[in-house]
Amino acid sequence: MIDPRDPGRSAVPSPIGERVPRRDGVAKVTGAARFTSDLAVPGMAVARVMRSPYAHARIRSVDTSAAREVPGVVAVVTAADLADVHLYYGHALADHPLIADGVVRFAGEPVVGVVAEDAITAAEALELVRVEYEPLPVVTTVEAALAPDAPVLHERAAEERPHRGFEERIERDHPNVCSTARQRWGDIAAAFDGADLVVEGTYRYPISYAFAMEPYTSIASWADGALTVWSSCQHPFMVRDDLARCFDLPQSRVRVIVPFVGGGYGSKSYTKIEPLTAALALRARRPVKLALSIDESILTTRGDGAVVRIASAFDLDGHLRGRRAEILLNTGAYAENSPLVGRKAANRIAGPYRIPAVDVTCRVVYTNTAPASSFRGFGAPQGNLAGESQIDEAAERLGLDPLELRRRNLVSPGESLWPGVRGMDADLDADVCLVAEQLDWWSPPAPGRGRAIGISASDAGSEPVTTSVVRVGADGSVTVTAGSTEIGQGSSTVLAQVAAGELGVQLERVEVLQSDTAAVSYDRSTGASRTTTLMGLAIAAAARDARDQLVGWARDTLAAAGGGVEETHGGVLADGTFHDWGAVVRAWFGGAYGEVIGRGYLRREGATAAMPPFWEIGCVGVEVSVDEETGRIRVERLVTVGDVGRAINPQLVESQDLGAAIMGMGMALGEELIWTEEGALLGGSMVDYRVPRASDIPAVTTLLAERGDGVGVYGAKGGGEGALNPVAAAVANAVRRATGVRLREAPFTPERVWRALRERDFGDG
Amino acid sequence: MPETVELGFAVNGRPATVRVEPRETIADVLRERLGLTGLKVSCDAQVCGACTVLVDGLAVSGCTYLAIDADGRTVATVEGLATDDRLSPLQQAFIDEAAFQCGFCTPGMLMAATALLAENPTPTRDEVVAAIDGNLCRCTGYVPIVEAILRAAKAAR
Repeated sequence: MIDPRDPGRSAVPSPIGERVPRRDGVAKVTGAARFTSDLAVPGMAVARVMRSPYAHARIRSVDTSAAREVPGVVAVVTAADLADVHLYYGHALADHPLIADGVVRFAGEPVVGVVAEDAITAAEALELVRVEYEPLPVVTTVEAALAPDAPVLHERAAEERPHRGFEERIERDHPNVCSTARQRWGDIAAAFDGADLVVEGTYRYPISYAFAMEPYTSIASWADGALTVWSSCQHPFMVRDDLARCFDLPQSRVRVIVPFVGGGYGSKSYTKIEPLTAALALRARRPVKLALSIDESILTTRGDGAVVRIASAFDLDGHLRGRRAEILLNTGAYAENSPLVGRKAANRIAGPYRIPAVDVTCRVVYTNTAPASSFRGFGAPQGNLAGESQIDEAAERLGLDPLELRRRNLVSPGESLWPGVRGMDADLDADVCLVAEQLDWWSPPAPGRGRAIGISASDAGSEPVTTSVVRVGADGSVTVTAGSTEIGQGSSTVLAQVAAGELGVQLERVEVLQSDTAAVSYDRSTGASRTTTLMGLAIAAAARDARDQLVGWARDTLAAAGGGVEETHGGVLADGTFHDWGAVVRAWFGGAYGEVIGRGYLRREGATAAMPPFWEIGCVGVEVSVDEETGRIRVERLVTVGDVGRAINPQLVESQDLGAAIMGMGMALGEELIWTEEGALLGGSMVDYRVPRASDIPAVTTLLAERGDGVGVYGAKGGGEGALNPVAAAVANAVRRATGVRLREAPFTPERVWRALRERDFGDG
Repeated sequence: MPETVELGFAVNGRPATVRVEPRETIADVLRERLGLTGLKVSCDAQVCGACTVLVDGLAVSGCTYLAIDADGRTVATVEGLATDDRLSPLQQAFIDEAAFQCGFCTPGMLMAATALLAENPTPTRDEVVAAIDGNLCRCTGYVPIVEAILRAAKAAR
């Protein structure tokens, strides 16, 4: 299409920054969108899993003989049946057997798998399996796990794996410590010795559950020794690599396909039930579907709970001098991604402040509870509750406005939070001021209400190892392949916008293929809010590569010898005449067919050499009320700032910010998984795990700060997790201002708040 | 094998007959026998609303509603909302407001909203919130969903 006002240009408008409708919209509102749980493959049998009732026990014997006799049962599988499989997987530490290997380490660990013609038969057969256990001592809290007489959960040394997400070796200083992370700079002793004020406290962040509404589901199918897996996972390439290792296959003989994913939030990062499903299919000699229930999903992955002891030193004028912290993360029975969660918790607890000295240790502790792994913002919310609470506590004791105290300490644009990291790619002072303005910070709230502002900056855990292929066909339409997964964040829409913008073609003519390891090129992961930034850059590079080739082709075929070819929006000018990309392809191949293939590679070099590739900012304000009779907190107002550099699609960014902040509100107000000392999960279903409902939602303002300061295309950088991180602390600080009560243990349930109010009034707790 | 009974009902306006076990839920029958996988099962405990379908116009949780109880009744699922490939105003409003992200709660949310709008075509914001309070969404923070339902109601006026 040629622009009638300017024949030298394509008339196609750029979709960058536009609120274009989501590309998955029609599929998702008509029921046509297929999730893994909706799929069936020919000959497929279904699996059910028997789980340990004990939190820690040796398996004495397993008798599966009766179950194997049940008509309709295809296979019954225990670890003993998998001698030819590498049982232990894990992208950081390979400590996790895909099915219990002689020992169970949490109540709910898979012990036996049954494959049958239908789910009811499988469930009935499981009833006939007899397992004898020898119970072992149980630890469910970090304190118990680190006690001198604590049972050791892992006797076997686990292999360290390259995908852990950080460079240093995994450090362990206690048998039940999975990993230790340290963050130190400056002279910490001097910082505290010379301080005018030291604020100390212990804060607890709950064990949480992401509740992606689609439970974990996988289908595995073997043919000619090659493995195909359909799975509700975020990182298909990492799952592929784990499967290749478990089954001794070349990576190219493992294909992982991700249909629509019903929520991720990090909880579908990395490998979950895919190795078990593949092992069951191997023994069944049939395609097998393993579809967990939500109750089983809770036992599969949860968020790390934290105990944080922290001290912050200040000058009289409110300048931060130093911060010390000891973080203990309850990671449950297996490492999963918690070594990285610990690394990030240690990095992030200092907050976005200029602090001369920091000394943080984070120990990731094994306990006999369900394994913890990634969950939105990981490492940041755990420490932010402590760090941001301390900012308000100090402001109160110094007689300063907490906003003013933050402004005195926030790093400036370009300033590094600690030596060697990328300078701050955001204007944090402007962000907090935006929130303050929206929250009417300088006018007093109604009686009984309190306001607070919270902020966080996370070193995005986004290693730039990303590729993309952009193909432009003879009709000028574009096919983009991207290993990034559409988990609801809108990547299929945003990546199409980037490709259309970079090539100057109509958005409707761009198709994005995602998340099939056999069909699309490599992307490390879909997490850490990386996709728009990193895959966006890879697509831009691939589009550049395609355009460069097309300009050369135009020179070869469309311009007279020695004539001029000039690249322009949506095509070329050859001897002054506009040809769109499709015309160049047709001319070069000399007919009506063909395509150009552009390749985009992203690694640590140039703009993405410095780590982190971007800082993910969370900046929120809340106004709360507290029912003094019941202790119930209500968040009345919520303000978020999406400091994303450039919003490729503002509607999607706002939607991410609101979703993240409301999730943070859930953790602040009520979400918590509780294990008894004996190792039983209390409740363990969505009947008990209370997530925010429509009636909990406050009046909301979602702001965007677009300053073009990100490393990504058009100055974009990641968003979508940040708004979760500061919410719990903001709620605690607002409750303090509303009631005088200081809350240090999240979630701030009515019972905890009521007890704190009683203590305030009567001193009797 | 437990005995089976014949179930006859209308699904999205079309008659259907299936033999079911008395223990089977309407979610099982719609998804596995009739291939209507728009209905999603999440919490499986009548808490989250993902499995909401309409039986004789009333929103029910498909994960706990026994299929045999639908005998002789009419059942409506998300697959029946669009007519002749034309989206309903409610579906269009969900797209316009970006009232979903992952889309797993969306079919149930749409059915709960359909039931509301059939009964009360001009709901207030509070009435919309009350109508979907039994439908969980983990992605959006609900605001765009409430806006979409209000927009659809307005569009119908």
